[in-house]
Amino acid sequence: MRTVPHSPLEPTTLAKWFAAILVIGYALISLIPLVWIFMTSFRTPEDAIAYPPKVVAQASAIGYVNLFTTRSRVSAEELAALPPAETWYEGLVREQQMILAGPSRFSDRYLNSLLIGFGSTLLSVVLGTLAAYAFSRFRVPGKDDWLFFILSTRMMPPIAVAIPVYLMFRNLGLNDTHLGLILLYTVVNLSLAVWLLKGFMDEIPREYEEAAMVDGYTRWQAFLKVVLPQAATGIATTSIFCLIFAWNEYAFALLLTSGTAQTSPPFIPTIIGEGGLDWPAMAAGTTLFLLPVLVFTVLLRKHLLRGVTFGAIRK
Amino acid sequence: MSNAKSTLRRLLAGAALGLTALGAQAQDKQLTLCWAAWDPANALVELSKDFTAKTGIQMKYEFVPWPNFAQRMLNELNSKGKLCDLLIGDSQWIGSAATEGHYVKLNEFFDKNAIKMADFMPATVEGYSTWPKGTKNYWALPAMGDAVAFTYRKDWFARPELRAEFKQKHGRDLAPPATWDEFKQVAQFFQNRTIDGKKVYGSALYTERGSEGITMGVTNAMYAYGMEYDNPQKPYDMKGYINGPGAVKGLKLYKELYDCCVPPGHGNAYMTEDLDAYKSGQVAMQMNFIAFFPGISKDPQVGGEKTGFFPIPKGDKQHAQLGGQGISVVKYSDKKDMALEYLKWFAQPSVQKKWWDGGGFTCHTAILNAPGFDKSTPYAKVFLDSMKMVKDFWAEPSYAQLMLAMQNRVHDYVVAGKGTPNAALDALLKDWVEVFKEDGKIK
Amino acid sequence: MKPRVFTQWTPPATAVPAANLAQAPGAALRAGGPATGRGRLAARNGLSDRALAWLFVGPTIVLLLAFNIFPLLWTIYLSFTNFRANRPNAEIGWLGISNYQRVLNDEAIWENMRTTAHFLCTSIALQLLLGFALALLLNRKFRSHSFWSTAILLPMMLAPAVVGTFWKYFFEPQYGIFNAIARFFGASGNFTMLGDTQLSPWAIVLVDTWMWTPYVMLLLLAGLRSIPPYLYEAAEIDRASEWTKFWRITLPMVMPFIILALLFRSIENFKMFDLVDNLTNGGPGSVTELASIHLKREAFEKWRTGYSSAFAIILFVAIYGMSLVTVRFLDKVKQR
Repeated sequence: MRTVPHSPLEPTTLAKWFAAILVIGYALISLIPLVWIFMTSFRTPEDAIAYPPKVVAQASAIGYVNLFTTRSRVSAEELAALPPAETWYEGLVREQQMILAGPSRFSDRYLNSLLIGFGSTLLSVVLGTLAAYAFSRFRVPGKDDWLFFILSTRMMPPIAVAIPVYLMFRNLGLNDTHLGLILLYTVVNLSLAVWLLKGFMDEIPREYEEAAMVDGYTRWQAFLKVVLPQAATGIATTSIFCLIFAWNEYAFALLLTSGTAQTSPPFIPTIIGEGGLDWPAMAAGTTLFLLPVLVFTVLLRKHLLRGVTFGAIRK
Repeated sequence: MSNAKSTLRRLLAGAALGLTALGAQAQDKQLTLCWAAWDPANALVELSKDFTAKTGIQMKYEFVPWPNFAQRMLNELNSKGKLCDLLIGDSQWIGSAATEGHYVKLNEFFDKNAIKMADFMPATVEGYSTWPKGTKNYWALPAMGDAVAFTYRKDWFARPELRAEFKQKHGRDLAPPATWDEFKQVAQFFQNRTIDGKKVYGSALYTERGSEGITMGVTNAMYAYGMEYDNPQKPYDMKGYINGPGAVKGLKLYKELYDCCVPPGHGNAYMTEDLDAYKSGQVAMQMNFIAFFPGISKDPQVGGEKTGFFPIPKGDKQHAQLGGQGISVVKYSDKKDMALEYLKWFAQPSVQKKWWDGGGFTCHTAILNAPGFDKSTPYAKVFLDSMKMVKDFWAEPSYAQLMLAMQNRVHDYVVAGKGTPNAALDALLKDWVEVFKEDGKIK
Repeated sequence: MKPRVFTQWTPPATAVPAANLAQAPGAALRAGGPATGRGRLAARNGLSDRALAWLFVGPTIVLLLAFNIFPLLWTIYLSFTNFRANRPNAEIGWLGISNYQRVLNDEAIWENMRTTAHFLCTSIALQLLLGFALALLLNRKFRSHSFWSTAILLPMMLAPAVVGTFWKYFFEPQYGIFNAIARFFGASGNFTMLGDTQLSPWAIVLVDTWMWTPYVMLLLLAGLRSIPPYLYEAAEIDRASEWTKFWRITLPMVMPFIILALLFRSIENFKMFDLVDNLTNGGPGSVTELASIHLKREAFEKWRTGYSSAFAIILFVAIYGMSLVTVRFLDKVKQR
């Protein structure tokens, strides 16, 4: 089907509409669970387990309050004997016939996740960029073998190396420390980073830095001034993937951390309410936990897409 | 250097030293207690304020949710961690903790401080403190008594139309079941019935696959028909006991109950799922640990007069699966003396009474045997009755392997419908023999 | 036609488009010949290339050796012993290969491998299909396509453990939305995705596909966008049909990316633990017990460290072998 005036490569309007409907349809369907989680974070625990499920329910911030606090249940008489609630969230808690007992560990875990997630991403992207450049440009002996070796480090199930890593960490004093987990995540992400970045580096023509060196730049300066800016999209894409892994990692965080350095993923599925799982609090935790990654991805979205379209620049 | 500067330096140094000394002091007067994160833990926090007031020792807490509790704490112990000074560990860890030397042996301490194990309910002493079982080697002080029992919707049972229908059908009143046959009848009566416009179901049972759920449930039915883990005369001789006729009958009954009378999708349920099912009004009865009963009693949806309690029903025999924990001192702690002081304080009858009032489940006979105890709360009677007939799973050092094997075989049969009860228990016997052989307990 | 290859970029016969990238220093100087610069690669005032290479690659290698290879070697050592991490003071006995024999003779382990294989194949097939379809559709570049492509990425950003827990909530027949939606579309709504032995393997495939299709889509979109348009122009001139264009141009050019997606997703799903453990715990029975769940039980609940290390090594070898085959295939495709 060809309509002459447009370029033969441009899809027809009909084709575009067709594509749009299908894609938007898929997007909407796959977003339903996320929207539901978001909605659940604003419900009361009773509404969260109402059956049949309620589409519309009374909004309440109790999920978020429960997420950040620990509470204990009191009897009606004890409740009546207390002075009135000082803050809005205490009022909410009192409505459930409970009193505030203190802050929960969630904010700790969240900060840990921020520190460990972004820290290890930074480290793995920096090291990965350097290594990828070297593999791309220099004649490293046994290059292909090294590359496969790097890939193979990703093939071990984390549970399997967890015991030796645990013993190693204990001996080095890295158990339950931020540094320990940062190093570990960096190492796991390195293989992905090197592979992805090498692909992007290969796309950048050598001629530019060679020309720069002809002009008097050292290899290092050429790398910094010429290659890095062009690799920006690749670096952005790689950072997103590395962050997603480090942010959401569960197995090692579960096994290698306890009170000090534990991140959010092992914590969130166990947010217990009163003996039962506190679904609104868990949904609140999930929503808040999704935000940094979401923001990071949206900010780097242009890079992501340009990284995806990088190859099209070559004409 | 001018005089002023050097004086300043000396002052600062002095202050720094003083502060560190103060800091060290503050560090010293502090204990960390590790337990699972649930309601009784919050109650213990409140209770322990009294200890701090009396001794000036600050209490720090490390509460871990149940799903991760065993792993975290066992990790700590295995790596000789110093996180916990006091640990309220599961009764099943006693064997391992005693043989590996994780806990401090308490006999001497008890004798010196006139803490008598006779003051505590015998079942709890045997279950939470002793290793080997039944000997006089004490590794923990019974802290939290617990067993599996049932709650039921008293308000539904009181409805005249339901009572009439039930009476007509079965010739007796609709009441908390006393035997397993009665239980099945009641559960079937409620299954798929519409109450207040919603479909409801018979009972929430323990069916969890991951940690220990279904085992904690099925044993109640199996005990009722005479199941023993091994030959009482000859330890570790399990053939004909774990897979004997009583065991098979109990297992078969549990599967029938799962097939007929639980809510849809109840194939991986433990404490929290059962609570969810009950609180959302899905089920007429709920199997759960008595530790949750105070919370259920106070629940705005189903608490108060709407809920009643009854112990595990009877078969040929009547036993309830033991839960509960004892409090131990961790051998690797640097503050064992302070920790022992905590135990001394905790063992006092006055503190035990406050523990009960606050929502904990004391094991002290002075409180339990006091007149009027069984009427003090709606769940006191079921607690007393249940603790009188508890039976526990293995507490061997290799208990985890035994547990996982049983979880696997039982879940395969009850939930996944594989094979027959005989086949399941025969396979379980094989698994357990292998474990004990590896351990050297069987040749 | 030269297919786009991965590790080496060979510039097309036409001149390097220096004009496109404004930052190329000294562009005017080099209009004549990029080749002349090559001879003078030796840098002045700076480290030699050799030194730089090792400096760049060094930290990576060191970290990988320390945190990846060393534990792996330790695991291999442990697999020949009867070490138990919960009895650190016990004597470590050398068992030779008996752990390996026990693992390979265990019927339950083969069951787990079958379950894992089923999970792997179905989920990856679905993800490739869906991902490729989405990538093709998104490549049409309709208005607002960039917004929707980011929206589709959301599921992938969640923590798998949390995803597993929440889908457990969704699949609950009473208060979960999955059954409610099925009922809305006319199904009986009486089924239990997680409780039924027939349905639960599909439940884990469904959740995994929901989560990772965006990843595949992204990768394949990159592939599609890298296809030089002149190929299509040439095909148009030859009056090729849509199908021929797809079969002869699109598919072969995207093939390296498809294989890459296959490779990465296979490795991840073989190791899959947190999602499925939180979703089903391996139940009902052991119907969804993947290899790594069984491994976790052996290693961290039964504390049979030596035995589980042997199992881990066997798994590793399996993944390694699978990857090796895939990468060889990838190289072959690149050479076409």
